[in-house]
Amino acid sequence: MSERTIAAWDGRVRIRVQSKGSGPALVFLHGPWGLTWDPFLDELAKSFTVHAPEHPGTTPDTPDDVYQLDNLWDLVLCYDEVFAALGLEQAAVVGHSFGGMLGCELAAAYPARVRRLAAIAPLGFWRDTDRVVNWMMLDPARLPGYVFREPNGEAAQRMFGAPDDPEAATAARVRLVWAMGTTGKFIWPIPDKGLKKRIHRLTAPTLLIWGKEDRLVPPVYADEFTRRIAGARVQTVDGAGHMPHLERPDVVARMIREFVAG
Amino acid sequence: MKISAFHLMPHRELPDDFEKRYESVWVTPPWHELADAERVGQYYNWTLDELLFAARAGFDGVCTNEHHQNAYGFMPSPNIMGAVLAKATNGSNVAIVQMGATLPTSNPPIRVAEEYAMLDCISGGRLVAGLPLGSAMDVNLCYGITPIEHRERYREAFALTLKAWQARELFAWNGRYYQLANVNLWPRPIQQPHPPVWVPGSGSISTFDFAVENDVCYCFLSYSGAKAAKTMMQGYWDVVAKKGRETNPYRAGFLQLVAVAETDAAAEAKYARHVEYFYHKCLHWPIQYLSPPGNQDYRSLVAAAKANIRRAEDTKALRYRDFVEKGYVIAGSAATVRDRIKQEVVKDLRVGNLMVLLQIGSMPHELTLENMDRFARDVLPALRGEWDDEGWVNHWWPERLRGTAAPRTAAPVGAGRA
Repeated sequence: MSERTIAAWDGRVRIRVQSKGSGPALVFLHGPWGLTWDPFLDELAKSFTVHAPEHPGTTPDTPDDVYQLDNLWDLVLCYDEVFAALGLEQAAVVGHSFGGMLGCELAAAYPARVRRLAAIAPLGFWRDTDRVVNWMMLDPARLPGYVFREPNGEAAQRMFGAPDDPEAATAARVRLVWAMGTTGKFIWPIPDKGLKKRIHRLTAPTLLIWGKEDRLVPPVYADEFTRRIAGARVQTVDGAGHMPHLERPDVVARMIREFVAG
Repeated sequence: MKISAFHLMPHRELPDDFEKRYESVWVTPPWHELADAERVGQYYNWTLDELLFAARAGFDGVCTNEHHQNAYGFMPSPNIMGAVLAKATNGSNVAIVQMGATLPTSNPPIRVAEEYAMLDCISGGRLVAGLPLGSAMDVNLCYGITPIEHRERYREAFALTLKAWQARELFAWNGRYYQLANVNLWPRPIQQPHPPVWVPGSGSISTFDFAVENDVCYCFLSYSGAKAAKTMMQGYWDVVAKKGRETNPYRAGFLQLVAVAETDAAAEAKYARHVEYFYHKCLHWPIQYLSPPGNQDYRSLVAAAKANIRRAEDTKALRYRDFVEKGYVIAGSAATVRDRIKQEVVKDLRVGNLMVLLQIGSMPHELTLENMDRFARDVLPALRGEWDDEGWVNHWWPERLRGTAAPRTAAPVGAGRA
């Protein structure tokens, strides 16, 4: 695995990118709880050169860089710069949750940048009858139960479990809260920031992946995407909540491999 | 020192099982199940009458504040209350202490600058301009302001407000969050260069720095009492010293709950259930509401995490005697109250601008007036001279009221000295 930090936004926003694997380029955009390199990304790295950037501010060394961006438009421009710095004219994009919404925005703003788009439980729309649960208002103890189907499972523990070492536990807690705060900047208080006006610009073949038991962003939201993106397909994942790629990494990686190769 | 009467304007008749049936007193309490507009009209009028009673009884100031979707305090516009108080106290030496209109929830924020200027004009220069950041519940959860932008918006709005009051010429404000091409306030405040500014806070280290750098009075609005505030206020005074400002006690304000009766035992008999109502029902909300991610800046977040996240005590497990013993409430005979305030608030916290909350939770109107009357007669006179021997000037009090002890302008009536 290699790691580099890209100085985007005229040097004011530093974005750390972890890369691994070989094959066609694939950019993974993480969700609201920060990036940890996980078995899912390892699985993808067997077939692709995976680049996983950390959203502005979510890297512990540069927490305040997020203040350089005012809104979603700034963030999308910033990611265009990241693609350029990575030397990617075009790449497959996989995004989860907040990252899924960002992937759609990128593909709408820069259709040529995104070869194929796989969005895992993406945000971006709002239905009054099926409200997206605001994870930032949940009791921290109940959060894993909304995000994962099995809040005590291994995948949930890897993301939300507190390390034994108190100092590491503090750092993990800070990192998690700040990841939610910085990504929350672009979606508070309702994660519908105009994608509905822009999504028609998206031309990349698109796959939606949803955990059947997503308690955060109900699977009915897949309809909002499929009815607006020509040819978009939906695949649901049994035994998974809002984190299907971590709860069933082999299944989701296979879906993505087949989709991107296809 | 200066002593003001603070009011929250609570719902005084929440059901006995409120905290079991409902998840929160704030943001989500269902109006149609819990409240009645006619009855709430009565609460507002009681609140105004109580504050006017305090004004006539000899308090130096009367304080209102802003909350939203909150059954323990629902003055969404404190300036509406402040306007009534300003008009009704004309000719007196009572300060109108707005604690106050919240900048990030006012758009554009010069609305606050305008309304405060109106209050200063109406009151003849008696305004204290509280400029609160606002709570996460009010600003982020009810008013939709993005948590990570909350402080930035506040700071920009603060700078804009101060400039709008003082600028001699029309100016353009090309800000990050606010753009106004023609800022030219009508009216301007009487007080020059601007009314005294108080910044309420809840102990965030970023706010300490902000308060000291801007040379305002930092007010710790706590419901946990002076004893629990000691470490926090020491942190503030450390910042004052570190930044080379004089340790003038008037740069600090503090809110303390107080209940006075004939004796300590009488205080328990009269006030216990109202105090328990306040801490059990009025402060009932999910703890995470206090700080949605991003609301605390990174530095404060790290500091709070390292301090092992000061777990607030579970007040639902405490009873009246605990609240009194731990100093949440200072209650008892006038002598008890006087001695405890002198030691725990004035001396230990080094506070020159004291606010006392005398209407607590379900406390009915008559009993509130009694509490106010006893405090004004038997406690307040003994506190007023505090700090005089050190010769500090209260730069954070309306200049024309600084030297004056507000005389009792009328014999309080209806104080129910049964």
